[in-house]
Amino acid sequence: MKMQRIAALTKKELKKTIREPAVLFMIFLFPIVFVFAFGASFGGVGGSQTVTYHIGVVNMDLGSSVNASQTVLAALTDTKIINIHAYVDNQTAQNALSQGNVQAVMVIPSDFSQSLASYQAAPENPAQWINTTVSLYLDQGSLVATQAIPPIIQQTLTAMAGQSQQTLSPFKVQTASLVEVKTNPALNFIAPGMFTFASIFLIMMVAQSFTQDKENGMMKRIRITPTTPTEFMTSQVISYMGIALIQAALVFAMTYALGFRPSIGISTYVFAFALVLIFSVSNVGFGLITATISKSAGAATGLSFLFVLPQLFLGTFVGASLSSSTQIVGKFVPSYYVTNALTSLLLRGAAITSPAILLDFAVVSVSCLAILAVGIALYSKYYKV
Amino acid sequence: MNESSIVIEHLGKKYQDATAVDDLTLQVGKGELFGLLGPNGAGKTTTINILCGLVKPTTGTAAVCGYDAVKESAKVKELIGVCTQETAIYPYLTGAENVELFGNLHAMGKAEFNTRRNMLLTKMGLAEDAKRRAGKYSGGMKRRLSLILALISDPQIAFLDEPTVAMDPQSRHAVWDFLKELKREEKTIILTTHYMEEAEELCDRVGIIDHGKLIALGTPKELISKNHVNNLEELFLKLTGRTIREEA
Repeated sequence: MKMQRIAALTKKELKKTIREPAVLFMIFLFPIVFVFAFGASFGGVGGSQTVTYHIGVVNMDLGSSVNASQTVLAALTDTKIINIHAYVDNQTAQNALSQGNVQAVMVIPSDFSQSLASYQAAPENPAQWINTTVSLYLDQGSLVATQAIPPIIQQTLTAMAGQSQQTLSPFKVQTASLVEVKTNPALNFIAPGMFTFASIFLIMMVAQSFTQDKENGMMKRIRITPTTPTEFMTSQVISYMGIALIQAALVFAMTYALGFRPSIGISTYVFAFALVLIFSVSNVGFGLITATISKSAGAATGLSFLFVLPQLFLGTFVGASLSSSTQIVGKFVPSYYVTNALTSLLLRGAAITSPAILLDFAVVSVSCLAILAVGIALYSKYYKV
Repeated sequence: MNESSIVIEHLGKKYQDATAVDDLTLQVGKGELFGLLGPNGAGKTTTINILCGLVKPTTGTAAVCGYDAVKESAKVKELIGVCTQETAIYPYLTGAENVELFGNLHAMGKAEFNTRRNMLLTKMGLAEDAKRRAGKYSGGMKRRLSLILALISDPQIAFLDEPTVAMDPQSRHAVWDFLKELKREEKTIILTTHYMEEAEELCDRVGIIDHGKLIALGTPKELISKNHVNNLEELFLKLTGRTIREEA
């Protein structure tokens, strides 16, 4: 394999991206403009669909004459929209939260029952109450969780105290965030999916590029030179990974300008960009599959949507507003795992080495390489001069 | 004929029901300028594609400089330069960048490449326009650039498939002069053309193919004399019953 050939073809592909207005628009401007417009107009999430919130509970209540914690947990379960997961300590619960297994963690303090008992003994005399605080940690990767869960908890506690409306209470719900993000929560929610979104349009560009080169005889011309298929494909993958990197940087710059400030370290940023780069490999693969079945560049544009739309609607921020059953289907597209991992990394503060991230990374790596391999195999097999 | 650069034996290529090349046997000597003539769809381009290692023959063998065109196509590709029928250039690259790309694909050294690039751009009359985007070139300029891409690596054998199509007479004669120069350098050239005067002017020998079969082979003078015609145009008409036409 000669680096001279790979470098020359990579340089050529990058020049094409910069010099062809249509390519420049489709690869860089369109995703950014679209994401910006979509992000700006992204309103309510979830709609009227029935949802279930998974809440991790660390119950440290020591009990008293009444077992208040069990009562509140039963009340939450009775709402039918809360699914309780018990954890023995806060650390374990926090790990589950950071990996997206639960959407919130509620820590019931040791004096919770005592507090309720003190309230019931002297409901009209706050001076006699033992005040306590229920800590609530929320998943900042879920707009739904941050908006819906705190009122449900507060309402349940209020009802348990026998108050018809929220007045003075010995119970205080203190919310805490894993990630300190206080501006524009809608943007925060969709930001991870934006990185995935931008890269998806590479499918169309790869398909168009290969069919155009075939149509105008360039593919034949290159195949007549001593350039090997491996050298050619390597140059293509490097080119499009480079483009994906620029796309990710532009999307990040745009979201940063709009107020997105994930509290993560450099290593997490590097990992996130690496994830997007690996994901771009699958888009080269899908582009090659599209080029295989397309007879012209025009057909390639249309057919590329066979792969663009599922990746777009099932695996990016767009999918989050779809029904839960549709979201399950999303688990069959690589973009789902990229967005999921980026959400955990950027918003939930999950560690790179956490099991959920490693699993997503493994799924993305294996599936993307497999898609690329299938793309190369099909294109090579069915390419005709 | 001296040492053979190309040896084709009983070559055949079928596409489903259509026969593109039918039992073709042919030898081209080193330093020879050989004209492959025939109407559209006669099998000329398919033959060249087989020799370049792009298409596998259904039957027979083809060897280029002693290397099997199918089994040793990688070696063959190091020795050949091909000017394809399509004006295949990258429009978004400048003329010089197109040439540089193909120099790199042939893994040429920088000094050798610079010398050859400058020589070819000058001889083909593109030196002054080398820094312009190739997409802005006229049709004739694009054809000349396409020819430079085929010859940048200084190949031992050049396959030139309709190299002068869409060229103005001045450009065409410039190309002719250059091809004669290549011949003097002992380069083997396989030329397909619709221009019979071009074949008569340039070719040492011509082979006329029709329906995939070789129906005539010899020097232009021999063929004209043997068939009692005045020129290759008439010979072509006599043998195939058709006039040769340029593709649109």
